[in-house]
Amino acid sequence: MSVTLSQGRDAHRPSLGRAFRRAIEPWLYITPALTILLLVLLIPLVVGIGYSFRRFTAFRSEYVGLDQYRRMLGDPALGQALVNTVWWTAGSLVLQFALGLALALLLNRDFRGRKFVQAVVFLPWAVPSFLAGLTWAWLFNPVIGPLPHWLFHLGVQAQPTNILSDPATAMWGPILANVWFGVPFFAITLLAALKSIPNELYEAAALDGASVLQRFTWLTIPFLAPTIAITVMLRTIWIATFADLIFVMTGGGPAGSTNTIATYVYVSAFRAMDKGYASAVAVLLLVLLVLYALVLIGMRRRLLTQP
Amino acid sequence: MSRARYSPGRMLGGIGFYAAVTAFVVFALFPIYWTLKISVTPSSLLYSEGITAWPSKATLHNYASVLAVTNFPRYFLNSIVVSVSTAVLVTVIASAAGYAFSRFRFRGKNVVAFLLLLTQTFPLVMVIPPIYRIMGSLHLTNSLTGLVIIYVAFNIPFATFLMQSFCDGVPRDLEEAALIDGCTRPQALMRVVLPLTLPGMGATIGFVFTAAWSELLFALMLIDDENRKTFAVGLLTFIGKFDVDWGQMMAASMLGLIPACLFFALLQRYLVAGLTAGAVKG
Repeated sequence: MSVTLSQGRDAHRPSLGRAFRRAIEPWLYITPALTILLLVLLIPLVVGIGYSFRRFTAFRSEYVGLDQYRRMLGDPALGQALVNTVWWTAGSLVLQFALGLALALLLNRDFRGRKFVQAVVFLPWAVPSFLAGLTWAWLFNPVIGPLPHWLFHLGVQAQPTNILSDPATAMWGPILANVWFGVPFFAITLLAALKSIPNELYEAAALDGASVLQRFTWLTIPFLAPTIAITVMLRTIWIATFADLIFVMTGGGPAGSTNTIATYVYVSAFRAMDKGYASAVAVLLLVLLVLYALVLIGMRRRLLTQP
Repeated sequence: MSRARYSPGRMLGGIGFYAAVTAFVVFALFPIYWTLKISVTPSSLLYSEGITAWPSKATLHNYASVLAVTNFPRYFLNSIVVSVSTAVLVTVIASAAGYAFSRFRFRGKNVVAFLLLLTQTFPLVMVIPPIYRIMGSLHLTNSLTGLVIIYVAFNIPFATFLMQSFCDGVPRDLEEAALIDGCTRPQALMRVVLPLTLPGMGATIGFVFTAAWSELLFALMLIDDENRKTFAVGLLTFIGKFDVDWGQMMAASMLGLIPACLFFALLQRYLVAGLTAGAVKG
């Protein structure tokens, strides 16, 4: 559409120069972003992948081919970490998204004190994640935190205990902290997207007699869809690679019950000082997440091409 | 807002609506309230009155020592410089890139998008050593500039995707009408697309600011100089070899929320500005 229009407008100019300009223009916008990414992330990533083919000892390293990857096959902790990663990611994402969308819809309405509420509910996002982890670990501690006593009075627990020290419930701790921390993310992005919907469309729909639910289904959701698609995909990837909360709250324990791939990479790199194996596990996570993203993008494309 | 403005919240009815809003506020504030409580509790009462809602004897001692004794004022200043620079740079760079993704078809577009995505799919701990080496060769270790460059890189991919989605939300017809009226593409970008994506830019700035404000890992790795430490790294100084100074740490954390609050307050204006800009477009 824009091509035909600008052709009509620029018809008198030499076509070669115009074609060149059109080819180069997007690159002018993209080059700054791409340059800094190459320098700070992509080149280091290639170097980091290189580590996964080496074994590091105190002062030197040697090339070991696929040894680190072979080691993963016989590592029972890794299998558990994979399962935990799915559980941690899905649990956090579903709750964050549902609550975030609800909050965005609430804030999109005009009410007394809206500005105050808006400022307050976004605060958790501004708390450094390791501090959020410390605070929540504090809240779950029966000696110094109130949550176990509430759970006890609600009849959820037989006596006030720390859910973080029970392998059966430990993962709920970091998930709850992560939901607290991540709801503002969805709320802000979805609220901004809601505000970008032209008012006229709603007015027109209301005039046409569309019900509240119809307007939500046929106006709000389609307008939010691009933002939802991209934020859900990115957020999934971030949660899967996000180790801070778990690292601070449980360190992957008890008995590996909260150990995810991401925390496993941290533990291997820092505690075990095993840089080669840490890189190999990180590459595994990278491959899994790229596959996930490709599947999601493929699904989106198929949805878009359907009539 | 106008009466016809739709909101599903209306379905809940007044009471349900305010109950839901209150629930969100309590959920968001409770851990912060507990942080506040710890920050005003004298260390002697920290464990004996652990689960009471407010200590029997509150004190501002921790705040006084954070501000007067520790180097925190300096850390705050460093963090503000780093976070604001990062937020502004990322928003400019990512808006340009997001616009290109939204409005152009070009060879290599999918490759660039894939590279952007790829930078998000691994734990950052994997790239600490190579980043440290690159920054060292540029003489940017132990410098706030180096930190800003790293944070800009971390935040560009997400900010680009976000700005792309906001640009996608601006109807192409508006821009093309401006082009037909004789605007050049950059003019159309400035006058038509930019005002309509202001809420998106506001959100982007907010995200990047808070991400840079609370980043710990790379600030810890890159900076040694006491006078160049950031707020998040400063918090770790309260964790000693044998014990943690919880009171001072939580006091510093509460103070650390103030710039973020101010920043969100500023953002609100942008979110509203974006709204009216959208209404005026006509």
